[in-house]
Parts: sequence; C-alpha cells; structure tokens
Amino acid sequence: MKRQGIAEALRDGIAEEMTRDPAVFCIGEDIGVPGGWGGAFTVTLGLAEKFPGRIIDTPIAELGFTGMAVGAAMMGMRPIADMQYGDFLFLASDQLINNAAKMRYMSGGTVKVPMVMRAPIGATGRGSQHAQSMERYFTGVPGLKVVAVSNAYDAKGILKAAVRDDNPVMIFEHKLLYGSKGARAEPGAVDATSEIPDADYTVPLDQAAVRREGQHVTILGWLLMTHYAMAAATILAAEGIEAEVIDVRSLSPIDYATIGASLRKTGRVVIVEEGPKTGGVSAEIAAGIMEHCADSLMAPVVRVASPDVPVPFTPILENAYRPDVSRIVEAARRLAQT
Amino acid sequence: MKTDRAFHLKLYEQLVLIREFEERVKFLFLEGTMPGTIHQCQGQEATAVGVCAALRPDDFITSTFRGHGHALAKGLSVQEMLDELFGATTGCCKGKGGSMHMGNMDKGMVPGIAIVAGGIPLAAGMALAFKLQRRPQVVACFFGDGAVAEGAFHEGVNMAAIWDLPVILVCENNLYGASTRIDKVMKNPRVSDRAASYGFRGETVDGNDVLAVYAAAQRAAEECRAGKGPVLLELLTYRRTGHSRRDACHYQAKDEREAWFARDPIERFAVQLLDRGDVSQADLDAIKADVDRQITAGVENAKRAPQPTLADLTTDVFA
Repeated sequence: MKRQGIAEALRDGIAEEMTRDPAVFCIGEDIGVPGGWGGAFTVTLGLAEKFPGRIIDTPIAELGFTGMAVGAAMMGMRPIADMQYGDFLFLASDQLINNAAKMRYMSGGTVKVPMVMRAPIGATGRGSQHAQSMERYFTGVPGLKVVAVSNAYDAKGILKAAVRDDNPVMIFEHKLLYGSKGARAEPGAVDATSEIPDADYTVPLDQAAVRREGQHVTILGWLLMTHYAMAAATILAAEGIEAEVIDVRSLSPIDYATIGASLRKTGRVVIVEEGPKTGGVSAEIAAGIMEHCADSLMAPVVRVASPDVPVPFTPILENAYRPDVSRIVEAARRLAQT
Repeated sequence: MKTDRAFHLKLYEQLVLIREFEERVKFLFLEGTMPGTIHQCQGQEATAVGVCAALRPDDFITSTFRGHGHALAKGLSVQEMLDELFGATTGCCKGKGGSMHMGNMDKGMVPGIAIVAGGIPLAAGMALAFKLQRRPQVVACFFGDGAVAEGAFHEGVNMAAIWDLPVILVCENNLYGASTRIDKVMKNPRVSDRAASYGFRGETVDGNDVLAVYAAAQRAAEECRAGKGPVLLELLTYRRTGHSRRDACHYQAKDEREAWFARDPIERFAVQLLDRGDVSQADLDAIKADVDRQITAGVENAKRAPQPTLADLTTDVFA
C-alpha cells in the first residue's frame, strides 16, 4: 500500500502494463524527451529510460499520431496515446470518430482497435483553448468507451482495464487532480491521492461509484466536480441534509443501475458538470434518468453547469465559470426542500 | 519474358476481372437492383494490380472509397464483394461496410477508409506496428491526388519518414479530386516531388503500364523490407467513369479523355502479351469469358444471399 496522486498512479499503471504485455507502448508529444517533463503533466516521466523505444515522441501532429495509434492497434499493438491537452482532440477527431470507433462495425466485427486515448481537461488559468471539457464530444460516439477518473486508485485501475480492453477507450483526466509536482504543479490543485494496493487490480469501465451515502438528495458528478460535490455534501450534512454523492466515472456507457438505485432512495438529483450546460453530458444523463428511473423522481432534475460561453482567462471570471461548492450546495439545498 | 507467361496472364486476368466487375456493378446500380452508391476505377486497374502483385499475402493494403480494384487485386473474392454490395451477411463486412468500406483482414486489406487521406496516418501506424514487432511485412497505402492537399497526408507521411517505416505510399494520380482538376489545387502537380522534402525517395510511374507499376512496387517493397522505407509512388492514370454514381464527367476535356482512352491499361497490356508470341487472342478471349462467367454466377448468388436480420443492427459495435 502506498499513497499516490493520479500522475504517479497512472505512471505506475502504464509501467506495469508495459512490463506485462510487450504490445503496449505510448505515443504522443513530449512524453519521453530526456530532460523533458514526461508529458505535460508528468505522467510518463522516466518511462522512456525504463522502456527504450516504447515511449514514442511524435511531431506536433495530433491527427497523425492518433491515426498511427489506430493503425498500430489494428495490427496487434496496444497503444496508449497521450493528448497533451484535451482541446487538441478536435484535431484528432477524424481518426478517433471515423476510424477507431467505426472500424469494428463497418468491418462486420472482424477488426479490433485496442487503443487508449488519455486526455486532460478542465479550466485552469489557460484561457479558452487549453481548458474545455471535451468528454461531451465523445460520449455520443458509438464504438467508443469514455471514462473519467477522479482519484488515483481509479486512475490506475481504469488505465489498466482500458489497456486490456479490445476497444478504443478514452480516459479523461483533470489538470487540477493530477498531483503533478515541481514545475508542473498546478495552482488550485485538489488532493486526489489514494491508497494504492501493491497487487495488480483493475476498475471496471462501465460502473459509477458511490462516494458518500445519503438519503435526501443525490449529487452526480465526475472529475473535479466529484470533489466539489463531496465538499458540498459535508456542508449540507451540517444542515441536516444527507447527500448521496456518485462519481459517474463511466460517461459512455452510463451506469443507470447505480444511479437508479440511488434515486429510489433519494428521489432527487443534482447533476454537476464542468462545461457549458447546452449539449453537455448532464443533458444526456438527465434524459437517461427520465427513461430509466423517472418513477423514482419526486422533483424535477436539477443541473449545475457552466454557462454557455468559452472558458475565460481572468481568475474572477474563470471561477465564476466553473461550478463551485457553493453553487452545488445551493442547488441541492433548494432541491432537498421541495 | 516468356518464362513469365503464367504470371503475365494472371495479371491480365486481374485487370480484366476488375474492369468487368466494375462494368457489371455499374449496370446493377443503374438498373436499380443494387443499393448504395459507387465510386469506380475503370481505367485505373493497373495501379491496383501492379502494386498488389508485388506484395506478399500477409502484407497489408489500405484503400479508399474507390477500392473495388484494390480489393480484387489483394485477393478478395468476387463473391464476398458482390455479397457486400448487395448488403448480405455473407459479404466481406457482413453488409455493414458496403462499397466504400470493402476489406478483409485475413487477406491483408483494411476496410476502405472513405475519408480522404484518412488511411495515410493509419497505414503509417500499421507500419510502425510491423517495425516494433520486428515483422517483415509492409503496408501499401492507396490514396488519390486529392489526398495530397489534406493535413493527414503531411502528418502521416512525415512520421513515416522520420521513423523509416515500411509503407509504400501509393498515389493514384488520376488528375481529378472529384471534379476538381489537379492544376487548380497544386502549384507543383508532380506529386512524387514531395517525397524529397520529407527526406525519402519518390518516383513517378506510368500507372497505366501494369509491368512498370509492378516493377516500381517491387523496388519499393524491397526497400521497405530492408528498413529503407517509406517510398512514395505516384502512378499516373485516368478515371474513365464518373467520380460516383451518375457523374457524366463533363469536366473532363474531350481531347484529354481521348488521349487517355488511347492509353487504356488493359488494351496496352493485351498488345504486349500478343507480341510475346506465346499468347494468342484466343487465350485472352478465354480469360474474358471465364471472368464474365465468374461475375455472372456471383451476381446470381449475391441476389439470393442472406440479408441481415434486424438483430444484426446492434451487433459488432464492440469487440
């Protein structure tokens, strides 16, 4: 057992998978340069020395290296692609959406694309183009599995499950949760460390996790919003409102069994999403709740999300953009009282 | 040359097979019995046949939306392709791919990538896998002149270059990207010149001369297998039919069409074969008759082939 942050846990997870299976390799920008950072958030730091020739630094060519990952996966490799910032996924989306996600289907089930795409998201003082919550653009793509990791235990277990999965898996990570150190430390970072077992383990790619039990209201979140929801639940508890906090974690598919079980207990739900409200994953979850467990609802679904604007730079606006603990508390309190 | 008789007749048979397959598909499409859309390669047969003849069975190709010729040349059967075109479960992609996504991994063909240039980074990645796995295979990546304007061309070709990957970049330059002529979209219309700027060898070849294509592809494959890849082959050719469906090609000048029709790859190769002295017109006629029988039987079977059930709609999404 050891305490680790997400960046360290991912690093160990990648190293263990590369040791276990020679087909696993990493591909991306600035991930293995001697004297470099080991990726923008230190996840692959030191791995190039440990695995010569298997940490592949690419030109700045997101479409190109993503396509290479797809092609290598089709030929029996298990690439872990590293997108430096999630925003760059727009450049890579042709290869992800038109090739990786569809190859299985349009080949009549004969092609496998066992690749992992890791991408950091989140508003973190970098302005509009290094900040977007990208998961919404991929959750509606048939053929992709989409997960979001909010703590180190999950990060390692989900990474391993994704590497071993025979399908393309996108793992979203949050810049404020990595626990990156030194020059790559993030102002405003949140503690997402976990006790990591010494033994090998995986975390399923299709299950939500109940982080705190409660009977009055359910709060759904993922990535940074899980942590804010937990902080909100502490405040609400002091007022006598017991919130059940669920880390949705698997964004495609969404685990309506876990969400439904919670709603049967609470009858009320707040969905918290970093990212614009319109077209967000929270909209999909809200619709899914109506289809799967509307009978349990005692009040309409409430969403807390960012406004429909690009991510601003200046701290006062960025903080207003991102849902925070007080907005979650307020929404849950009002809902609990209806 | 005479010792190659059987090989040459095989090349001729493949050329004729592709031409007749495409002509029959066009008929079926216009007749309305075959669903979907079509992008055909009449006039370009020698590029597919010449390149694939230089490959081994376990080498791979990537193709485009204009992939019927590539598929036949790489060894897909007439039947699995016709079944696919008719949407049958016995098609090479169980009817889920269709004309633009023909492929069969067991025969070394990735389902066609119908996004222009989308196969180039993919092929480079396949070649990267071969290099990492120390396997001797190569991948031949077919694309058109239109793909050269895409960013994916640059990104994929550059990475193939910096890592010396075993990929033969096969540009079938038929002068038109859909209806837009190459001179409107390229300052330097000689595609093979681009290889030098990435630091590897490019070559322009008469793409309507099947033996010239074969020889160039053989050289390229040898270099790739020796770790001296990639190679860019620009094969000059011409599309006799429309870009797709009922395109009547009004944008192709009459004199240009006539000049290229006079350089038809099948007729030219027939003349070469007859000049050998040990191939007769009767031999060539027999090949054509055999191909016709094969396709006719294939069409009859495909029309009766099993269609998917509605339950098949949601299968094959995940492995």
